[in-house]
Amino acid sequence: MAKMSVDDKLGVDRFLTDEGNPHILIDETYNDEKQINRVVMACPAGLYTYEDGKVSFNYEGCLECGTCRVLSSGKLIKSWSYPRGSKGIEFHQG
Amino acid sequence: MSEERFDAIIVGGGLAGSAAAYTLAKAGLEVAVIERGTSCGSKNVTGGRLYTHSLRRLISDFEETAPLERKIVKERIVLMTEDSATTIEYGAEKLKDDSCASYAVLRAKFDPWLAEKAEEAGAFYITGIRVDKLLQKNGRVCGVIAGEDILEADVVVLADGVNSILAQQIGMKKELAPHQVAVGVKEVIGLDEKTVSERFGVNAGEGVACLVSGDPTGGSVGGGFLYTNKDSISIGTVVTLEHIGSGKGVKVPEMVERFKANAVIAPLLAGGELLEYSAHLVPEGGYSMVPELFWNGVLLVGDAAAFVISLGYTFRGMDFAIESGRLAAETILLAKEKNDFSAAGLSDYQAFLEHSFIMRDLRHYRNMPQFMDSPQMYKEIPALADEILGGMFVVDGSASPKLTTSVLSTVNRSVSLTELVNLGLKAYGAL
Ligand SMILES: Cc1cc2nc3c(=O)[nH]c(=O)nc-3n(C[C@H](O)[C@H](O)[C@H](O)COP(=O)(O)OP(=O)(O)OC[C@H]3O[C@@H](n4cnc5c(N)ncnc54)[C@H](O)[C@@H]3O)c2cc1C
Ligand code: SF4
Repeated sequence: MAKMSVDDKLGVDRFLTDEGNPHILIDETYNDEKQINRVVMACPAGLYTYEDGKVSFNYEGCLECGTCRVLSSGKLIKSWSYPRGSKGIEFHQG
Repeated sequence: MSEERFDAIIVGGGLAGSAAAYTLAKAGLEVAVIERGTSCGSKNVTGGRLYTHSLRRLISDFEETAPLERKIVKERIVLMTEDSATTIEYGAEKLKDDSCASYAVLRAKFDPWLAEKAEEAGAFYITGIRVDKLLQKNGRVCGVIAGEDILEADVVVLADGVNSILAQQIGMKKELAPHQVAVGVKEVIGLDEKTVSERFGVNAGEGVACLVSGDPTGGSVGGGFLYTNKDSISIGTVVTLEHIGSGKGVKVPEMVERFKANAVIAPLLAGGELLEYSAHLVPEGGYSMVPELFWNGVLLVGDAAAFVISLGYTFRGMDFAIESGRLAAETILLAKEKNDFSAAGLSDYQAFLEHSFIMRDLRHYRNMPQFMDSPQMYKEIPALADEILGGMFVVDGSASPKLTTSVLSTVNRSVSLTELVNLGLKAYGAL
C-alpha cells in the first residue's frame, strides 16, 4: 500500500461537522513549547500545528479520542467536549 | 424528549450500555438508552477481538445472528525492529471451543446488533443525543439533561466510555492522567475475503490475531495490533500518552505508517484499500485505575469504570464491558425489589463484581501496568531477538561464532544480564 498522509486518511472518513460550533477551544496565547509539541505529536488526526511560535488548531477532522484533553486540559486546551449529538465523526467500521 | 419517567436511563449505547439495557428490558423494566452517535457504534473503536464468554452468558445463541468477522484460530506475537520481526505463532484446536471462542469484530456493525437485541427485549433507544449533565436532587442522581430536555429515572447507568466526562462532573472519577491511558490509532483496510484467508493461511470464517511489540511505536511504551476481518484487516498502534515523544520521537499518526511499512506486514496489506481511519483511548491503568463504581442513583460500567486489561499479548475490554453491564442490571433489579436506589441499595454491584472474573482478573494482573511500562520491552528485547536470530540465520560465508558465545555477547551488548533477569522477575510477579 502506498504511504498516505493523515489528511488523505481523514478524507476517507465521514464527518458531520457542526459548522461554526467548535467542540474544542484552545488558548492561542499559551506558550509552553514542550507542552504544545507534545500535543502536536500526539493528535492522531494531526490537527495541531506549531510554527513560528504560533499554535493553530482546526476542529474539523477530530476523531474525538480525547488525547489532547488528557494531555493538556487547562493548559493548551481551554475547553473540550464531545460534539453535539449526531455531529462529528461517524464510523462505519469501528 | 418526553416527560416520561423511566426505571433506568443508560448513557451510551456501546457494549456495556446495551448489555445493561438488554438485561433490564428482558426483566420488564422501562429503560432508555441515550447515545450521542447517529447510530450505536458510530463513535466506537476497538482493536478488535471479542472474547465471547460473557456474551454467551447474555445471549447464548449469539453466533446465529451477530455480525462476527472471523473466529480467531491463530495467535501471533511479534517482536519488531525497524527491519526485522521475530514471530511466535500459536494455533490449537482448543482455541475454537465454545468456552473460549473469540472473534474479530467491527463496532459500527456489532454494536447496532446488540442494540437491536435490547430493543427487541423492550429497551427504548434515543440516538443522536448527547447527555450534557446528570440531574441531581437531594444528593442523588435522578436523571439526565440533554440540551433543553430533562429525563428522569430511578437510576442512571454511565456506560459513556473511557473519557466518562459525566462521571468526572459528579466527582466519581478524576481527570484521566497520561500514564493511565493509551491512544489507539487504527486503519481498516479492505481486501477480498479469499485474499485474507490465503495470506494468513486460514480457512473461510477463521482468522488471526497478532500483537506486536517494538518498532511500531519507535520504542515508546505501546505496540501494534492486527486482526483479520471477513474481507478487511484491522491494523493499528497503541501508545501510552505519557510516553508519546519518547524513544525515537515518532509522531502518533506516523506510528501506524511505520507499522504498515515493516517488511513482514507490508505484503499482508498489498493491494488493500483504506476503508477507515480512527482513534480512541484505552484505559491502561488496570486495577489501580478503577474509580468509585456506584453512588446514590448511579452506576459505572465498561470503560467508564476502567474495566480493561492490557497484557501485551492480548487485550480485553469488550468482555468486561458486557459482563459489567449485565451485573449493573442485576444490581438494579435487586434495588428495584427493595425500592432503594441509594448507594447502599446499589452496593450489591461491588459484590457481584468481586465474584465475577472482572475483579478477579483485574486483581490478578494488578502489577501488569508497571511491568508493561518497562521501555526494555519495546526496545531492547526486540533488538535482542533480532541479533540472536540474525546471528543464527544470516549465512554469508564468513566465520560463524559458536552459538552460545554469540548469544551471550549479544545479550551483554544490548541489555545487561541483570536487566534481563530483573525483567523476567517483574514479568513473573505481574503474571
Ligand atoms: C485501539 C483499541 C484496541 C482495543 N482492542 C480490544 C480487543 O482486541 N479486545 C477487547 O476486548 N477490547 C479491546 N479494546 C477495549 C474495548 O474496545 C473497550 O473496552 C470497549 O469498547 C468498552 O465498551 P464500552 O461500552 O464500555 O464503551 P464504548 O464502546 O466507548 O461506548 C461508550 C458509548 O457512550 C457514548 N457516549 C459517550 N458520552 C456520551 C454522552 N455524553 N451522551 C450520550 N452518549 C455518550 C459513546 O458514543 C459510545 O457509544 C480496545 C480499545 C481500543 C481503543
Ligand atoms: S480529540 Fe483526538 S483527534 Fe480530536 S483534536 Fe484532540 S487529539 Fe486530535
